[in-house]
Amino acid sequence: MTSFTMPRRQLIARVGGLAATLPLLSACDAINEAPAVRKILSMGEEMNRASQRALIDRNALAREFSRADLSPIFRANGTRLPAGTAYAAHAASGFADWRVAVTGLVARPLSLSLADIRAMPQRTQITRHDCVEGWSAIGQWTGVQLSRILAAAGVKDSARYIVFRCADRIGDALYYESCDMVDARHPQTILAWALNDAVLPIANGAPLRLRIERQLGYKHAKYVTGIEAVASLDGIGAGKGGYWEDRIDYEWYAGI
Amino acid sequence: MAMAETPAAPTANVATPPVRVYRHRRATRIWHWINAATLLILLMSGLMIFNAHPRLYWGEYGANNDPAWLVIGSTPDTGYLRVGSLRVETTGVLGRWTDAKGVEKTWAFPGWATIPTSYNLADARRWHLFFAWVLSIGLTLYMLWAAFGGHLKKDLHVRRGEWSPRHIWHDIKQHARLRFPRGEEAARYGILQKLSYIGVIFILLPIMIATGLTMSPGVNAGAPWLLDLFGGRQSARSIHFIAAWALVAFFFVHIAMVLLAGPVNEIRSMVTGWFRLPPERGERA
Repeated sequence: MTSFTMPRRQLIARVGGLAATLPLLSACDAINEAPAVRKILSMGEEMNRASQRALIDRNALAREFSRADLSPIFRANGTRLPAGTAYAAHAASGFADWRVAVTGLVARPLSLSLADIRAMPQRTQITRHDCVEGWSAIGQWTGVQLSRILAAAGVKDSARYIVFRCADRIGDALYYESCDMVDARHPQTILAWALNDAVLPIANGAPLRLRIERQLGYKHAKYVTGIEAVASLDGIGAGKGGYWEDRIDYEWYAGI
Repeated sequence: MAMAETPAAPTANVATPPVRVYRHRRATRIWHWINAATLLILLMSGLMIFNAHPRLYWGEYGANNDPAWLVIGSTPDTGYLRVGSLRVETTGVLGRWTDAKGVEKTWAFPGWATIPTSYNLADARRWHLFFAWVLSIGLTLYMLWAAFGGHLKKDLHVRRGEWSPRHIWHDIKQHARLRFPRGEEAARYGILQKLSYIGVIFILLPIMIATGLTMSPGVNAGAPWLLDLFGGRQSARSIHFIAAWALVAFFFVHIAMVLLAGPVNEIRSMVTGWFRLPPERGERA
């Protein structure tokens, strides 16, 4: 009898303890999942975007550092090596045949090689990279200002966003990102092909990655294959403007 | 904290009714409760954000290969907290713990302490960055109200005599002996109360907001002086973390004082505004 009741009592105590915590925790998560709550919380993103655009000079520069400030090791994150034979072939040939397609709402669609991009005026900047997770690394980037590419392609006034297409596939889809025309034309927004005076490593997005210095790391698209000027983000991916935005609801405006 | 109801004239054989004073005005009460909920949400979502990278650094940069002054981590069978060279095993609470379903996890802070309960940086940021606005707007309005509505001058202003070390030491001793003011004196804030409330409203909460903004790459471009003020983005992140725990410490002392001073009367006064003066020692309650 005793041997039977003791475990049962313990079991009841256990279940009771769980029952006391589980409903509370699941209630919290139910609130988190409620569409109305998510809608209200998302107002924070729009308030951040609108206030930063309203209060901060649209051409204000991210701080630039000196070589003495460089991180000893620049951490690579996200995709470190795009899968597939096509990318491997590009890497093997030193990206000699890599092309960046400039399409969408432009007067002159372009297909740029790395040589084309390096022939344009270059910008070198030592900036801090801030991951959404919380860490930061300082690196020196060299590349061409996106504004020059957009000017060369003759981007139309109807374009409101620039979408960046990438060669790395995560799970079921290719990575992509987007930004508004303010950040697209910002002087420090560059397509970089060098990090710390060396050719951009594959882990950091070779042969070309975006630097969009006033936003968090996931906006800095790596392995860029396409630049597309669009009037709306609807119909691109799930319509939220980026790979992580579509999947796990990261903010599209990542200025904070 | 002004008006006092005229107590009924004491008569023999009848207990004196407690003297009630209008202690907290509506703005204080509303802000207090909104702020209490807001800070709880900010803390819990902040702990989840910390879980994404449970390391803290000094200076402008800091990532996995750089030296961290604080780490919450795990080994294959333990969880630990390391601060500088001091390492404490924290299995069950930090770094390695079991969730409500009995599954072992190795995130820094446990599910019962975070919003949401299981790892989700995106959702934690949504909560944190929305309620950061609630905190900032509420604090700004309350500061303006306190400055122009007389609260600062009447209730929080530290008068000349109160700054004397003897007076402060006396208040510390009285607190240590759990001898709290009674009668008329209980209607006013003591020096330690004043310094605590001023410290939270005008120092700690502004530091939380300013260090939070210093972590924003967008704000950095517009206000680079914030980076200089706090010694870089990773320093700002460390100070944000330390100040958050200073607020938690304030919370525990605050709750302890409420419990010791009479929780029903104290909480009622923060709900209705009316506070019953504890009778002078020796007087009948």
